[in-house]
Amino acid sequence: MKQIVITKIIACFFIFTSSSVFAQTQLSMWYHGAGNHVEGEIVQQIIDDFNASQSDWVVALESFPQESYNDSVTAAALAGNLPDIIDVDGPILPNWAWAGYMAPLTIDESKLDGFLPGSLGRWNGELYAVGLWDAACAIFARKSVLEANGIRIPTLDAPWSHEEFDAALVTLQNSGDFDYALDLGMAWTGEWYPYAFGPFLQSFGGDIIDVEANMADGALNGDAGLAFGEFWQSLFARNLVPGTSQDGADRETGFINGSYALQWNGNWAALPALEAFGDDMLFLPAPDFGTGPKIGAASWQFGISSTSEHKDGASAFIEFAIQDKYLSAFSKGIGLIPPTEAASAMTPNYSPGGPLEVFYGLSNAQATLRAVTPAYVVGGKVFEKAMADIANGADVADTLDAAADEIDADIDQNNGYQ
Amino acid sequence: MPNNKVLAIRRQNFAGWSMALPACLLVFTFLILPFFMAFGLSLTNQRLVSPNPTEFVGFDNFRQMLGIGLLTMEPDVDDTGNIKIDQEGNPIYPRVRNFTRNQDDYPQYFKKREWFRIGLPNDKMLVVLSQDVVFMKALSNTLLFALIVCPIQAGFALGLALLINQPLRGINIFRTVYFAPVVISMVVVSLLWRFIYDGQNGLLNALLQMFSLGLFEPVDWLGNTTTALPAIMAMSIWQGVGFHMVIWLSGLQTIPISHYEVARIEGATRWQTFRYVTWPSLRNTAILVMVIITMQAFTLYPQVQVMTRGGPLDSTQSLVFQAVVRGYEKQDISGGSAISVLLFLLVLSISLFQRYLTREKD
Repeated sequence: MKQIVITKIIACFFIFTSSSVFAQTQLSMWYHGAGNHVEGEIVQQIIDDFNASQSDWVVALESFPQESYNDSVTAAALAGNLPDIIDVDGPILPNWAWAGYMAPLTIDESKLDGFLPGSLGRWNGELYAVGLWDAACAIFARKSVLEANGIRIPTLDAPWSHEEFDAALVTLQNSGDFDYALDLGMAWTGEWYPYAFGPFLQSFGGDIIDVEANMADGALNGDAGLAFGEFWQSLFARNLVPGTSQDGADRETGFINGSYALQWNGNWAALPALEAFGDDMLFLPAPDFGTGPKIGAASWQFGISSTSEHKDGASAFIEFAIQDKYLSAFSKGIGLIPPTEAASAMTPNYSPGGPLEVFYGLSNAQATLRAVTPAYVVGGKVFEKAMADIANGADVADTLDAAADEIDADIDQNNGYQ
Repeated sequence: MPNNKVLAIRRQNFAGWSMALPACLLVFTFLILPFFMAFGLSLTNQRLVSPNPTEFVGFDNFRQMLGIGLLTMEPDVDDTGNIKIDQEGNPIYPRVRNFTRNQDDYPQYFKKREWFRIGLPNDKMLVVLSQDVVFMKALSNTLLFALIVCPIQAGFALGLALLINQPLRGINIFRTVYFAPVVISMVVVSLLWRFIYDGQNGLLNALLQMFSLGLFEPVDWLGNTTTALPAIMAMSIWQGVGFHMVIWLSGLQTIPISHYEVARIEGATRWQTFRYVTWPSLRNTAILVMVIITMQAFTLYPQVQVMTRGGPLDSTQSLVFQAVVRGYEKQDISGGSAISVLLFLLVLSISLFQRYLTREKD
């Protein structure tokens, strides 16, 4: 009995020393996709491949549910426990970079040639993060419906103008075949509002925050902003779109079961629509409201935390992860847009002639970043409330004034986020 | 010289305190300390995420929230000096925006927003401007919520307690049924009631339509500025009534049977029994129930968070909801703390006032 114990102790001792002989430095990595099985598998595959490919570093993954991910990072930063590699949602990146959570990437930039601009997280002239995918919005439509109503099918080169778009909505509503002409997705509260509707404002010529002037006054509530606000309100006042009390289930199924004629939605929802309508299905570019058609850019990206003691290792991992085979793996697994042409060609959906190829084109041609400033975190929230209030009938000018004031007060309170 | 008995008491005292120590430490760390920190933070510009050092700003946060301006407007006049009138025959007033966006001529109104307006004689219009309309709406909604929910909830709870305080077979089933909503998480209850209130295919609309034989027009209960807050009130009353019922019940059961026997011998009616025996004996319970209900009503939060998020058009904003939105979502810890401090002062003064009203008058 005693002998067994001694052998055990010796065995333990050997295991302990042997692992320290092959001393690899551990890198911690946080990811926002807990609960998404396929996504988790792909990330784990990249990590396993990386760990096997060299002997200096071992990456250990920790996954968080998306809803609590940002809170966890904030808490960890306050407590000084940030991991080496963090992933970050594109529009929030400037805020985290400004707050000192993140360090600039030291990747050879030539490796990033040909990446969609939305997948590169830059702030203040420095590259902080790289995304393994991007996302894009489009107007979901059915060819047969547009043709039956005599509506021109827009293209990337010739999108609908403001008047054409408006007329199309009225025609579809008057056809009486649909509950609503267009579904904007008001049920999806949160970041969807600034992501999906902010580009409309940008196409009118305004923005949530004027990054140059470092203020919202004049950009959000200027003439362009007011014109956008009036248009926005008129969509709801004329009952062309469902309002803020839209049911989440209706958002998911309304277009496919025919109660909405058009739907403003992202590439992640494209496959079910394609299955339902096949060749009849169209993904149309955003309308041009004056200064060109625009859609939101930037999704989740990988970066390095400022407190990491092994920035070279973290960098090596990110460089490893941006290989085309992993970019296409994410696309195949969860339907996202690969950020390079080579990776696109490796996927059935986004390769030339593939059913979702159009999204790569949309992302390339129309994608516009949300205001690249640390003030965006608050700006996006304020914008969301203003959009909901205007949709519910609040006075447009007063609401946008108040929203701009609130954003500017926040910028002041942070000493201009300098 | 202390005798043995005193020493023994001292020793027991020490044992008692050392047993209470862990709890005291926890209470201090997680309740008392944060409470004083909130006071301190509300006087700074502390942010949730920021590389900038925290600065002391005095009462700026409170000034920002409580700033009020009064603006009296005359109707627009045309070239001939007549008052301009809209289609319904009401005079047309200039836009408030002309005053609030004009720093040079009206610095006192700059960046304020219209809260509400009151018509004055001679076609004048008094507009009450506020620096922070959302806070004002949260404050008035919370007060209204407390004002309506407290008496109704306490009343219903007493009614239920009287009903189940009877020696009937199976009365425990009723006690359990009435108490059930209390033990279910408020978030779950709110989610369920969101389906009940749904404007298109909600249970409430379906029931009302059935009972009115189809005459009732479906209402989007949570999507309407007039019905959203009452809908949340009704749901909150239903959810909390069981808890207060139990407190009333415990009060009822402390009343000695002999009092009722005397009342019966004296020939008191049921109402007289309640009015002159039950109610006076429930005095202390009533005070407890009122204080607890008031405090709970002022902390209105999960219902709003889950069901409406303050909308539509701020009709369901509440103080705690705003404290969370500001402190956490908008990263303004100092602003959130300032709301918490005001809420504390409000609840404290109301509780003190309730104590004053219910004091022993000797």
